[in-house]
Amino acid sequence: MDFRDTPEEASFRKEVRAWFQANLPEGWGSTSLYMESPDKRIEFLRDFQRKLYEGGWAGLSWPKEYGGRGATLIEQVIFSQEAARAKAPQPLGVIGLGMAGPTIIAHGTDEQKRRYLAKILSGEEIWCQGFSEPGSGSDLASLKATAVLDGDAYVVNGQKVWTSYAHIADWCILLARTDNTGPKHSGITYFLMDMHAPGVEVRPLRQITGDAQFNELFLTDVRIPKENILGEINDGWRIAMTTLLHERGTLGFALAVAGGVALDELVAFAKTAPRAGGGVAYDDPVVRQRIAKLHEEVQANLLNNYRALATMMKTGIPGPEGSLSKLMFSETNQELGKLAVEIAGGYGLLEAGERPDVARWQYAHLRARGNSIEAGTSEILRNIIAERVLGLPKHK
Amino acid sequence: MEFGLSEDQQTLKKSAREFLEGEAGIALARRMLEHESGFEPSLWTHMAELGWMGIAIPESEGGLGLGMLELSLLLEEMGRVALPSPYFSTVALAVPVVASLADAATRSEVLGAVAAGERKLTLAYAEASGAFDPAAIEAAAQGSGDLWTVTGTKMFVPDAHLADQIVVLARTGVGVGAFLVQAADCEISQNESLDRTRRLGTVTLGGVAARPLGGEDAWAEIERALDRAAVGLAAEATGVADAVMSMSVAYAKERQQFGRAIGSFQAVSHTCADMLVAAESARSTTYYAAWAIDEGAPDAPRAAATAKAAATTGAMRVCEDGIQVHGGIGFTWEHDMHLWYRRAKLCELLLGPATVWRERIASLL
Repeated sequence: MDFRDTPEEASFRKEVRAWFQANLPEGWGSTSLYMESPDKRIEFLRDFQRKLYEGGWAGLSWPKEYGGRGATLIEQVIFSQEAARAKAPQPLGVIGLGMAGPTIIAHGTDEQKRRYLAKILSGEEIWCQGFSEPGSGSDLASLKATAVLDGDAYVVNGQKVWTSYAHIADWCILLARTDNTGPKHSGITYFLMDMHAPGVEVRPLRQITGDAQFNELFLTDVRIPKENILGEINDGWRIAMTTLLHERGTLGFALAVAGGVALDELVAFAKTAPRAGGGVAYDDPVVRQRIAKLHEEVQANLLNNYRALATMMKTGIPGPEGSLSKLMFSETNQELGKLAVEIAGGYGLLEAGERPDVARWQYAHLRARGNSIEAGTSEILRNIIAERVLGLPKHK
Repeated sequence: MEFGLSEDQQTLKKSAREFLEGEAGIALARRMLEHESGFEPSLWTHMAELGWMGIAIPESEGGLGLGMLELSLLLEEMGRVALPSPYFSTVALAVPVVASLADAATRSEVLGAVAAGERKLTLAYAEASGAFDPAAIEAAAQGSGDLWTVTGTKMFVPDAHLADQIVVLARTGVGVGAFLVQAADCEISQNESLDRTRRLGTVTLGGVAARPLGGEDAWAEIERALDRAAVGLAAEATGVADAVMSMSVAYAKERQQFGRAIGSFQAVSHTCADMLVAAESARSTTYYAAWAIDEGAPDAPRAAATAKAAATTGAMRVCEDGIQVHGGIGFTWEHDMHLWYRRAKLCELLLGPATVWRERIASLL
């Protein structure tokens, strides 16, 4: 066990740190992470991904033969740590880089790899994920969107929801039912759908924060050419599991690191926010106890992830500790947001105002409610831990 | 960077588990409940033969020269069987104070005897107030040079009735210092302890001769040594959490109600999932703190406080849930659940509860 860098790791870290310093705007991270308008934010994030690509950092974990960096796990860890330290934003093409790309690498034809991967890396094409439906959330396999063969194309009808980035996406990894006769898991096919095709309608879905980060997707007689099936017909469920594995896998460590950054910011906030009766919020013993508890949770999550990585480096399979990550992050991040809004006093009653440093916590507080729902609800994650890690019998 | 245990560390842990399951198991803890002293001399001798007494004592003083991480692995395995042994009191609680404060001659004599399995130690800290707090220390040390005496009454001293020598924290004219006394010079009575597999005692010192370990105002060094003891408790708590979680999960798979295993009910399986979160978090924070102490990392004191608070409260939660998952049988004296529950409670409260260690974390953030 050694948490210090080897000389090679230290030099890699130095390179990454210098790159972030050179490629994020002056003063980045010291004030607000927010751009003036959603359009400007998207423009900034698109630009940031282009810089990542040009710097050779896009597709860090992807194999070199597909244009990735082929980075070792340790290098990925260092990159995540430095990205968190620099408070770097997620690149715009995060669904493509983290989910669609790795799934195409695992299951795509050579032609599909040639067509899609390079443009995912460069950010030239943005992807979204058409999995969930209004009637199929946690029970994803019950999905109802249909795809019916008509000549050389499948005709898709249905509705998808919670589709992040759909309003700016060029492509969609789409699950649709191609067979209704067997068990629900076995009649699903995985499609690569052109978001500019006729019949694709995107409606922004405003969330609790007031933002519209995700969308509803209405699909009416959308024609998807046969060659845009990923893998085999009716084998979509198995392929979707690859996507979800990547979603939870790559997400876990990044979230654990992000939790530490958010807690540092909360401590700084508590050390300046006034406390009723004089002094600052951080003088309040109850606040101190709650922050210390959050520190324990953040550290435990981070260190659990490190131990899972250690197992993965030895065996190629991540240790069970990693499956706890998103569950732990959600609970910690929700408590963190709640505490911040309490510390803010009257400003905790405002959504915005003359204090953007405080409004940032209101946003975080509201946004955190989604953490225990998106990418697998906490209930589903506990099912997974109970059944797949602890080997408990399947619930009925 | 390397985030896992080395081959040697894994081997040590595995062999410790095999040894402790063979020689002790949870059955030994149960046997010792009504035993007069709660001490098994042959087990002590075997552990000494394996080198465990001197695991973190330098080779030059007769030890194995390993570190807090290796000691934590042993303590974790001891927690798994709620081992009744003055090992924690000697090796994890008292030795760090002697090792970091004493002059070369005292170190060599005391640590050498411990490493050889010939001496048992403990540390006397808290008093009648019940608080593990330097400000609450009233026991008085008087003297100069090597000639000191200590007067006072120490309480909640683990394994006091088994110790040959006791490290006593006492107030001098200028602060708090640590003093080594002969147990035979003190009046020692066993308390009726919650955890009967690690009994606490009251130690009355009526001007007993004491050898000073370190200076007259040594609290800063004592506090660092107590960080090691705190990580030791976290390590034991980790073992408790792991044992209780495994046992509860096994029970949830096997126990049938309403025609199915209770582990298929989400109210039970989700509780088990949360037990895993607590058990793994206990282990991760403990290993990191042990590593940070061994490496003298700047965040070692904070890591130790984090491990003490997280691992011991985590283990308590696992024990509480473990009793719940077991239902009525888990609440009986005959079932072993309460042995672990009591040990977890000791790990949680000895050296101060989580609130104390969380205040330390907050002061270091």
